[in-house]
Amino acid sequence: MFDFVSFFPRAVMQGIPLLLGATGETLTEKSGNLNLGIPGIMYVGGICGVIGAFFYEQSGHMNGFLAVAIPVLCCLLGSLLMGLLYCFLTVNLRANQNVTGLAMTTFGVGFGNFFGGSLIKLTGSEVPSIALSATSAYFSKSLPFTDKLGVFGKLFCSYGFLAYVAIIIALVCSYVLKRTRVGLQLRAVGESPATADAAGIDIAKYKYVATCVGSMIAGLGGLYYVMDYACGVWSNDAFGDRGWLAIALVIFTIWRPNVGILASILFGGLYILYLFIPTGTNLAVKELYKMLPYIVTIFVLVLTSMRNKRDNQPPESLGVPYFREDR
Amino acid sequence: MENKTAAVQMRDITKRFGTVLANDRVWLDIYRGEILALLGENGSGKTTLMNMLSGIYFPDEGQIFINGEEAVIRSPRDAFGYGIGMIHQHFKLVDVLTAAENIVLGLKEPGRLNMDEVAKKVKAICDTYGFDVDPYQKVYNMSVSQKQTVEIVKVLYRGADILILDEPTAVLTPQETEKLFAVLRNMRDAGKAIVIITHKMHEVEELSDRVAILRHGQFVGDMLTKKTNAQEMTNMMVGRPVTLNIERPDPVDPKPRVEVKGLTVRDIEGTLKLEDVSFTINSGEILGIAGISGCGQKELLEAIAGLQPAESGSICYVEDDGTREELVGKDPLSIADMGVCLSFVPEDRLGMGLVGSMDLTDNMMLRSFRKGKSFFTDRKKPRQLAEKVVKDLDVVTPGVTTPVRRLSGGNVQKVLVGREIASAPSVLLTAYAVRGLDINASYTIYDLINQQKKAGVAVVYVGEDLDVLLELCDRILVLCGGKVSGIVEGRGASKPEVGMMMTRLGGKKNA
Amino acid sequence: MRKQSKGPIVHISKRSALPWYHAWAIRGAAILLALVVCAFVTTALTGEDPIGVYKTMFAGAFGTKRKAWILGQNLAILLCISLAVTPAFKMRFWNIGGEGQVLIGGLATAACMILLGDKIPNWLLIGIMILASIAAGAIWGGIPAICKAKWNTNETLFTLMMNYVATQLVAFFVIVWEVPKGAGKIGIINQSTQAGWLPQIGSYKYLLNILIVAVLTILMYFYLSRSKQGYEIAVVGESERTARYVGINVGRVIVRTMLISGGICGLAGLLLVGGTDHTITTTIAGGRGFTAVMVAWLAKFNPLVMVFTSFLLVFLSRGASEISTIYGLNHSFGDILTGIILFFIIGSEFFISYRLSFLKHTKKEG
Repeated sequence: MFDFVSFFPRAVMQGIPLLLGATGETLTEKSGNLNLGIPGIMYVGGICGVIGAFFYEQSGHMNGFLAVAIPVLCCLLGSLLMGLLYCFLTVNLRANQNVTGLAMTTFGVGFGNFFGGSLIKLTGSEVPSIALSATSAYFSKSLPFTDKLGVFGKLFCSYGFLAYVAIIIALVCSYVLKRTRVGLQLRAVGESPATADAAGIDIAKYKYVATCVGSMIAGLGGLYYVMDYACGVWSNDAFGDRGWLAIALVIFTIWRPNVGILASILFGGLYILYLFIPTGTNLAVKELYKMLPYIVTIFVLVLTSMRNKRDNQPPESLGVPYFREDR
Repeated sequence: MENKTAAVQMRDITKRFGTVLANDRVWLDIYRGEILALLGENGSGKTTLMNMLSGIYFPDEGQIFINGEEAVIRSPRDAFGYGIGMIHQHFKLVDVLTAAENIVLGLKEPGRLNMDEVAKKVKAICDTYGFDVDPYQKVYNMSVSQKQTVEIVKVLYRGADILILDEPTAVLTPQETEKLFAVLRNMRDAGKAIVIITHKMHEVEELSDRVAILRHGQFVGDMLTKKTNAQEMTNMMVGRPVTLNIERPDPVDPKPRVEVKGLTVRDIEGTLKLEDVSFTINSGEILGIAGISGCGQKELLEAIAGLQPAESGSICYVEDDGTREELVGKDPLSIADMGVCLSFVPEDRLGMGLVGSMDLTDNMMLRSFRKGKSFFTDRKKPRQLAEKVVKDLDVVTPGVTTPVRRLSGGNVQKVLVGREIASAPSVLLTAYAVRGLDINASYTIYDLINQQKKAGVAVVYVGEDLDVLLELCDRILVLCGGKVSGIVEGRGASKPEVGMMMTRLGGKKNA
Repeated sequence: MRKQSKGPIVHISKRSALPWYHAWAIRGAAILLALVVCAFVTTALTGEDPIGVYKTMFAGAFGTKRKAWILGQNLAILLCISLAVTPAFKMRFWNIGGEGQVLIGGLATAACMILLGDKIPNWLLIGIMILASIAAGAIWGGIPAICKAKWNTNETLFTLMMNYVATQLVAFFVIVWEVPKGAGKIGIINQSTQAGWLPQIGSYKYLLNILIVAVLTILMYFYLSRSKQGYEIAVVGESERTARYVGINVGRVIVRTMLISGGICGLAGLLLVGGTDHTITTTIAGGRGFTAVMVAWLAKFNPLVMVFTSFLLVFLSRGASEISTIYGLNHSFGDILTGIILFFIIGSEFFISYRLSFLKHTKKEG
């Protein structure tokens, strides 16, 4: 039988990195920057957190607050630098956003795997992975009274703090985009930079801030994956294609972070559905089930393009560099 | 005049774009309680000058004084700080936002954003000056005049007391223009300084208190409107006495060439663009099409050219021997395959008629590249054609391998018209053929069109300048809201008569 | 209160066209600068002197005959995929699904080899393999193109998702055909009979692939710059409205071009599976579908220049893998170096299109 109570928490845990990635990318895209470097940034965010945690664990004694704060800060710093690099190239140097993003992904994945590999060598371990179980324990600590709440607790309270942070971030982003002055101006920048510019909005500043904050949020997705989902075990390439799925999720949610909360859980569910469908000894069919998230994305993509509703379109000048004196 | 304070003084303002000198040491004073008309030909630097006041561009040289203090305007935000607001010709509005959202865009008001408060303030401004704006309407659902109103409310909301309007009437109906002028007079009387950029003489005379004239980026002079007249202003604009006469030979042996019957066209969003339009285009004749912008001219030409599907009606091409071919339902390729040689000079030259990044030779090929069975293209003939067009039409270009984007507006148009008439068409459709051209280039185009007419081509000329239409065309079809308001003879038609027909179906008589 | 009249310090303006040698000089300088930075990075991580590191890289790329051949083979495959994506990019169709199109082409090849091997004559088998791989790639590229043509569906994401669908399909068949059962991989197909293996020219295992791609490069060059279809692609890419205006059927051009683009990717799959690897795995394309985007873009979509840009990227990755082996670093080191060099080249484009001038705001009293 399909075991929903054990399925749902796993779907959520799969979904959280996607949610963080998608929220970050939504914010970035709202400023008119199509950052295809998100997969790379999530790798960088993950490995920077791992590096921070690794050296802190090496130092001997552990303090709960620092054990969390150090990896988080390292992760934010790493992804911030990536965001700055992207902005410098696309905003200041007006480079092609697609190519810059792809190059960042190459670089970021390489960066993650390289330092991951180096750390693995440092530990001299037999298996090709690093386990930071002590740090991970702090990250995945759930609320103390979870066990007493039975099924409800398992479904809603059994996650590490980053999962709740992710949901809060998504809600805050949603609120900021929809209801605040800053959000209004950010949307204007992505829709029509020339208009925003004429209205006195500093285009470069908005693009920088949105992209860098977006990168940091996405970076947290990488960190959550390692520290919570993977129980502190970093192995190269394990993060896989989740970054790309996060970008797909942005379109899936028609640029709405609050919709992203449910959509990411749905995606997470599709991602692991194959584990919960009894296929007996036929391992091959499982591989076909793994296609589901991609097929669904394609389906939604085609469907939204067929409906072609004005309010559901990507930001008008997404992917286009802005130059005021372009005539 | 002397008792008024100069709100803005511009001194020695110079601006270059690459090698083009857009403004050359311009002096200009703008006073409060006065409407200043900034007059000049296309490309004379009016918009560039005002863009420097509104912070879009930064002057290469020169100084700006606001209320006697030297001002540095680096960005639109700085301009707002000095109370300067500009309404651009191409509206600067975000389509997916509402009117109110557009109005507060970029403002740094304290406190959190409360759209209902904003809506109230917008209503208050509207009531003061007599505007009609729904703060919650999305811009993409608005008509052009509604968008313009939003633009004006936007600058007023910011408390601007120096308003610049860049060709505000180009997209308005005469009634809307009247309303706008009334509002502008109200604002002048409230002590605001107002600049309108225009090249329409009658607007200058009707509205402005003072007129300043630019020519080739230089300031030519300014004077009180009541002390000058249209001829003097035109001469100053062009730099020499101009006789505004256009040749109009009599049509030789006109025969019906294209018969349009009951044509109805809807755009993609389902809006009715043309309704039951019927008329005939004759060979050896220029048929003018007049109408306020956006009332179906574009769709009409595109429907004939096979670019716009018709909902109903027929477009019949009549050959010399009387054979008739239906054009509705055909795309440009199949129309050409039928042996109908139809040329079309579209409104959007670089976005539709030409490929900006390709050179002259490759642009010459656009129409003809399919000729011949070879898998490969033949670039020899297009190259020869490009050289011929450059020579015959005096196109100023470094060579035929220069991307057309780098040419000036007039030369781009010459390349486009040159290509379109090179195929010896039997029907020539032109949309706003002289828009953005200086007076000399315009006359070159009129000559080319007349030559085609003399060669027996059926010419359709969509224009915005009624004076030109009345002097150039043999017959004028007047459109009003997508319907035929009437067809008049070019010889003897009067401007008020056609103007009336543009705004009311059938003009005065049937109203 | 008088304000100092000061303009922005740096003024950016668009350049008129630079002569081509000037543009390439800027790009060359960017690469040199990037190599210097890479040398610092490498030295920082390995402690070796930078010259030695570059010597090692060079040795890794050309050191032995075998290494040179491998470089040639990698170059050929990367170039092939880059050629494939180029027509799509010229049309402004962002096909980042090269990866999936290669995979599916390879899968079709493998399927033919496994299912038809030894059942029909070898020449017929190879003929079917060629057709099947090209058709499979073309279908994979054609589906997003049809949706783009009909509903303007976002092609970047569509082709990206098609990559993963292809990966999972391959994963599925790898298990279906796994040898021996439970191994999770196919192993060398038709090891004993060599049925469906593309013929070797002399004793050179990789020569055939290299020759095919060389011919393809020249064909693509002429296709894009001289053929009517190539011209149509350029017009559609520059402005769809212009294309409609002159009677080009935009939807048809999009689909046709993507069929070609996907078909060539499928061919690359054939070269990989039938020509060299003789097996299929989910990672056979090895990220080249993405690298190809950069190769094509760096070469400004000129197939002849792409020979050099793909050489640069392959050289970097081969050289970096040598460094990793010698100095005991992780193989991903190559990706870091590649990334750095790409950032420099991407950044250098700015200095080709724009001019920076340092302004002094002059005051003049009239």
